[in-house]
Amino acid sequence: MKSIGQHLFLSCVFLCCLVNPSYAQQGQTDPLNSPMWEDMRRSLLGGAAVVFDDRVQVLAPVDAEDSMNVPVLVDASALGEVSKIVVFAELNPIHKVLELEPLQAKPIIGFRIKVQQATPVRAAALAGDGRWYVGGRIVDAAGGGCTLPSIGSENSDWASRMGEVAGRLWSNQDSTRLRMRVMHPMDTGLVPGIPAFYIDHLEFHDANGEILSRLSLHEPVSENPVLTLDLPRRDSVTVVGADNNGNPVNARFLPGKHEVEK
Amino acid sequence: MLPLRIVIILYCLCFLAPAWGAKEYGLKPLEIAPGTYVLLGVNEHFNFSNGGNIVNVGFIVTDDGVIVIDSGPSRFYGEQLRAAIGRITDRPILKLFNTHLHPDHILGNQAFEDVPIAALAGTVEGIREQGELFNDSMYRLAGAWMAGTRVVVPTEIVKPGFVEIGGHRLELIELAGHSHADLVILDHATGVLFAADVVFHGRTPTTPHADVGQWLQALDTIAGLDFKLLVPGHGSVVTDAGAIAQTRNYLQWLTTRLNKAAEQGMSMAEVLQPDAPPSIKELAVFHEEYQRSVVHLFPEIEAKVLERGRVVQE
Repeated sequence: MKSIGQHLFLSCVFLCCLVNPSYAQQGQTDPLNSPMWEDMRRSLLGGAAVVFDDRVQVLAPVDAEDSMNVPVLVDASALGEVSKIVVFAELNPIHKVLELEPLQAKPIIGFRIKVQQATPVRAAALAGDGRWYVGGRIVDAAGGGCTLPSIGSENSDWASRMGEVAGRLWSNQDSTRLRMRVMHPMDTGLVPGIPAFYIDHLEFHDANGEILSRLSLHEPVSENPVLTLDLPRRDSVTVVGADNNGNPVNARFLPGKHEVEK
Repeated sequence: MLPLRIVIILYCLCFLAPAWGAKEYGLKPLEIAPGTYVLLGVNEHFNFSNGGNIVNVGFIVTDDGVIVIDSGPSRFYGEQLRAAIGRITDRPILKLFNTHLHPDHILGNQAFEDVPIAALAGTVEGIREQGELFNDSMYRLAGAWMAGTRVVVPTEIVKPGFVEIGGHRLELIELAGHSHADLVILDHATGVLFAADVVFHGRTPTTPHADVGQWLQALDTIAGLDFKLLVPGHGSVVTDAGAIAQTRNYLQWLTTRLNKAAEQGMSMAEVLQPDAPPSIKELAVFHEEYQRSVVHLFPEIEAKVLERGRVVQE
């Protein structure tokens, strides 16, 4: 006996064959077979030709257990030199998630996103040869992540902690990993009566003011963003940025940690 | 010739039609002690083939009538459970207990609306608040098996302690850890312990509402009870403390792994890739449940680690 799933699949294949005979015209077809891929290529990558390549690693769960907090890590370091990484979730109502200019950092970025339904989560990395390399995976989801109010905005004291930063540095011989969390509602603007309100840019500097890496964020990044970056080795790192209303984000991370009594 | 869109609709209907109608779980009660029966679910995730029947449900036929422990994942399950009980005894159903709030244990309640449905106060509140959400997500995960299922909130609050029903002295024990209110039932007449989801056997424990510290204490309490048979919430019935030890071993491995990863500066997505010994990896649906647990538990562990970092903010 065939399952419903198989019937649906056959029905869909049948439909796709009818309506979309020439699916992808680029050199390589989209391995995730997404109906939105061509739109993404045009709107986010300027219509450039791309190479689908597993060297752009996207780590994410198969199923979004919490649609408000889907953990993602993008690692394009296998490509060598990378000047930009664009991350997008194309079946979200707002596609673009973030853009990283690694500069001196490794082309690696960890974060969490909201998803509105099952969607590909992709990263496009602009490599030293001037080409875009694209990796990604499908995250299944019950949905609703983008059109639910942030937990903070339901809580009267969210404003008093907004912009508060926690974080730590982990250094090895040649690099320093920064993991940080900023308190911020990251409202998408899709909830009636709550306008879009999100941190939109962050820069990472060393003690001499030298810029190490630059990051722009968009609405789908989860509330109270938790970010992971692999910077060149430094004893201290400063983050400077702001949200789309101009509220500043500013913090300096020092090595080590506070010990707590057990 | 028919327009193309009609042809497509007809094509789809032809293949989907057999999916409509009642679904059969094929429930087979297994007598594990005199008058004491369990219906064993499969050690899988909810899916379109198992219809959510991944859970163990039990019932005790006493002199006065039948006590039912959990009602299964759907209206069809509840109805078929009741029919299965009816094939074994014509005594009336006296009461249904819901051990905790999770959907696979309560969504068959509809078939027992004519009898008292009892649960711990925290469970009643949890079902009232989250039942509809569970029901929606079960429709997504089990499809047509859920047809006609709605949430029925328990009608009676369980007071922990002893009750005497039809010659069975039942000890109702309130624990917490798997959820915020976990009811465990020990039948002193037979020595059968219905441990509900405080104990998993051969299947990876689930943690959507877990407090692992409390859960480990609950396992200690259960290990101290005098039982002859233990019915876990998921997995086969055992005569010894093996399933308790297995559940404890998994929870300890899980929290150690997550704490260590956070302390080493791993990001949440990196932690999704498990690094587990064979005794952990061999548990059913390990990979899926582990990934879910990372999402449930890691943010809080990680927050504690990040809040200990040295940060200067002007």
